[in-house]
Amino acid sequence: MSHSPSLPAKVRARDINVHYGDKHALKHVDLDIHAHEVVALIGPSGCGKSTFLRCINRMNDQVDSARVTGLLTLDGDDIYDRAVDVVQLRARVGMVFQKPNPFPKSIFDNVAYGPRIHGMARDQAELDEIVMTSLERAGLLAEVRDRLDEPGTSLSGGQQQRLCIARAIAVSPELILMDEPCSALDPIATARVEELIDELRENFTIVIVTHSMQQAARVSQRTAFFHLGELVEVGDTEQIFTNPQHPLTQGYITGRFG
Amino acid sequence: MQLLVLSLVLLALTALGYRLGRGRALAVIDCHPRHLHSLPSYHGYWVAMWCGLPALLVLAGWLMFEPSLLRALVMSALPAELAGLPDERLALVYNEVRNVARYGHSASSAAVADAARHYASLRQTIFAAAALAALSLAIAGLVYARSRIHRQLRTRNRVESAIRVFLIAASLVAIFTTIGIVLSLLFESLRFFQSVSVSEFLFGTSWSPQMAIRSDQVGSSGAFGAVPLFTGTLLIAGIALLVAVPLGLLSAVYMAEYAAPRFRAVVKPLLEILAGIPTVVYGFFAALTVAPFIRDAGTALGLTVASESALAAGLVMGIMIIPFVSSLADDVITAVPHSLREGSYGLGATKSETITLVVLPAALPGIVGGVLLAASRAIGETMIVVMAAGLAANLTANPLEAVTTVTTQIVTLLVGDQEFDSPKTLAAFALGLVLFTITLALNMVALSIVNRYREKYD
Repeated sequence: MSHSPSLPAKVRARDINVHYGDKHALKHVDLDIHAHEVVALIGPSGCGKSTFLRCINRMNDQVDSARVTGLLTLDGDDIYDRAVDVVQLRARVGMVFQKPNPFPKSIFDNVAYGPRIHGMARDQAELDEIVMTSLERAGLLAEVRDRLDEPGTSLSGGQQQRLCIARAIAVSPELILMDEPCSALDPIATARVEELIDELRENFTIVIVTHSMQQAARVSQRTAFFHLGELVEVGDTEQIFTNPQHPLTQGYITGRFG
Repeated sequence: MQLLVLSLVLLALTALGYRLGRGRALAVIDCHPRHLHSLPSYHGYWVAMWCGLPALLVLAGWLMFEPSLLRALVMSALPAELAGLPDERLALVYNEVRNVARYGHSASSAAVADAARHYASLRQTIFAAAALAALSLAIAGLVYARSRIHRQLRTRNRVESAIRVFLIAASLVAIFTTIGIVLSLLFESLRFFQSVSVSEFLFGTSWSPQMAIRSDQVGSSGAFGAVPLFTGTLLIAGIALLVAVPLGLLSAVYMAEYAAPRFRAVVKPLLEILAGIPTVVYGFFAALTVAPFIRDAGTALGLTVASESALAAGLVMGIMIIPFVSSLADDVITAVPHSLREGSYGLGATKSETITLVVLPAALPGIVGGVLLAASRAIGETMIVVMAAGLAANLTANPLEAVTTVTTQIVTLLVGDQEFDSPKTLAAFALGLVLFTITLALNMVALSIVNRYREKYD
């Protein structure tokens, strides 16, 4: 167990509903995410796990037809409060996407992008420091130290995804959302990213959406199972995979459907 | 009329060939298409081709060679008093013979009337021969092809290779036309450069293309330094780009990133209408509305502005090429993957930061390509500058003065009666060659930039 229930939750979701136009994509979801834990969201395609993830940094704001109701707090502050500036929220909640999406810029500029737009560095030396530390933490520095000027798109898929992780942690977020971060990677690159997730847990809280149950079992402390827009079951990862309480969960993790 | 009837008969024969070929193929295998190598209709097409193609070739040959053959035969039969005339007179006589024979003009002499009768009868004979040859070839082809049909005949492959030849021929027409235009530009330019040196043309600063007709004429020595034309073209095209690039780019950013879909659906076609306005309309808009306005405004400010200022032509041309920039820029901005935008938003970037720092750099190659295409359009544009820019070849960078452009000069050089051995006329070809080279180079650079960009995100 990595968290103590007595601590207040980092993210607290209460009765979250999401509609895309007429479609009720997420139904009455209650979920707590505690600091310094990795929470895996699993479930069949279209079950609402990515939708829930994208509520936490208000990425759903980009979708015109999306409507979110319910209470979602980060450190006790309502994320959907009118007073919240979505720019500041996203600086606190980083995101890594399914497909590596480095900007068409140099490796250095990719990592420096966030610190620059948020004015985090007073001078070049400080910016260098942030970029180097982020690359180091993402386990990429050794591979790219000599070619920071090359375009980020010249890296391999796995390196690109670690570059995107470095880019996310350069802003020093408290929470990192990962939307199937390994689905476009080969097994070796996947193993490298999974190791990285485990190391990052020391400093960050991580929510990861994954289709691979082995991955959920390897990297997460707690697992939430979604089905048809509802949160069916949430619990310690070990318990979910060895002794699921709900028949749907059992059916899914044993491969009977999904 | 005769030709029309002949063509219809041949067409009917070809259709008959299709029916017969198809019917024959079905008869050969007792209506079991599985036993044939090719579908029955391929056999039909094959017979139709054997029937129609040779006849078509004969007709084409007749159309091409009939006039010269007729002329040779009629000329050789002319009486001695006409045949002895010099060549130019002879050509006139032949013209008269033709007019008498074909359009019933009255002949000026008995010899011409005789020749006209001869012409008419020869013409009938040649046509009859051609028609007979075409028809007999068509029938022979039909009979031959039909008799060749058997179970294993690979008509599908033959028909398809014939179709491929047609397609190749169609594309070759365009290619050879281009090559022909380039060669004619090249050879006429070479003739021009025999009288005016290349360096004088490319680097001379004085342009006054009036040649002396008599050797004692004064003031018309002819100067073919094209630099004022090039600078004038660049000045006007530059002004046009100064107008079109910012306006086009900003409207593209608005359309692609900010505009609501319904607004975009209405406004984007409206913007593209600008490209559909005939350039001659832009031309008189520039000459009659914008130029006087600029002149009056300049006078009010105490500036001397020419009635045909570069500014007026450039401004209107800039409006005309806005759609080139905005439409292409809009396409490439929309083509920037959504994942890049999300990556930027996910880091807490605002919309404008995302656009300026991520979307525009990613779209830059395509935008540059669009600007280059617009530039080549601006340099080659003729109608607006003919109407709104001046004719005076001033070497100036002042947009308030009148300048002239390469295209305007080509038009003025070639309008009216011309002699095709004077440097004045040939200069137009040299200017055309320069223009062609520049726009070709711009287009090639633009397209290669756009293509390289497309490869990256597909």
